[in-house]
Amino acid sequence: MPTKPAGTLYRGREGMWSWVGHRITGVVIFFFLLVHVLDTSLVRVSPEVYTSVIGAYKNPLMAIGETGLVAAILFHAFNGLRVIAIDFWKKGAKYQRQMLWAVLIIWVVVFGAFAIRHLSLALGGH
Amino acid sequence: MSTIQAPRSGNSRIALQYRRTSGSKGNFEMLAWLFMRLSGVVLVVLIFGHLFVNLMVGQGIHAIDFGFVAGKWADPFWQFWDLAMLWLAFLHGTNGVRTIINDYAEKTATRRALKTLLYAATVVVVILGTLVIFTFDPCPVLNGQLMDGSPSFCPAP
Repeated sequence: MPTKPAGTLYRGREGMWSWVGHRITGVVIFFFLLVHVLDTSLVRVSPEVYTSVIGAYKNPLMAIGETGLVAAILFHAFNGLRVIAIDFWKKGAKYQRQMLWAVLIIWVVVFGAFAIRHLSLALGGH
Repeated sequence: MSTIQAPRSGNSRIALQYRRTSGSKGNFEMLAWLFMRLSGVVLVVLIFGHLFVNLMVGQGIHAIDFGFVAGKWADPFWQFWDLAMLWLAFLHGTNGVRTIINDYAEKTATRRALKTLLYAATVVVVILGTLVIFTFDPCPVLNGQLMDGSPSFCPAP
């Protein structure tokens, strides 16, 4: 009778959740990218059409969405660099947990700066 | 504990009895793995630069209109920046979504259909984006007249 397996270092812990986060943010960014190339392509239709459609990105609701999108991009970027360090740095696997905390701290700082600047521009009176 | 399924991406390193499709892909999966890391580093630079220049500087998002795009693409530097970003982001993203389809779509027919749709969307969007960057006209003329909304620097046709 096999005994119940002990908990792993991966499952349900930092390693797994950062992988889940990387997948979800990756898919979100991919679908935005499809839309973003299509909206930019409107420059070949006419200046008026492009400027009016891009104007939709300037309303407050979209500003919240853009801020969320950048939150996803920043996590995917910093965690991606962590994945590279895990794969190519000799001590990467040993320090993967500490590197995730570093990713989260850098994410909070950079995202905070972006959110303050972008939301004050987008929501500020113009 | 549930059984962990065999990967559905490539056959080269999967024992014969676990292979779901026939044929060999060589070391494609290793090259794809390497590409994700190399393109990832370059994309961090390209996308951070893109976001900073377009959203953080000056009036930020309020400055973005047709004239803003015309100003950027008047410079080959930004044309190639955007071209590199388009191609690398789509190859990176398409390979990522391909991995996710391989992981979660269990039926061969479903995987094939989803990946065909994915590749078709990627080809259309990358070709469209490339053409837009290189055929962009900052002063478009229609029926002998500048189109409405053209930038103020455009001379009368």
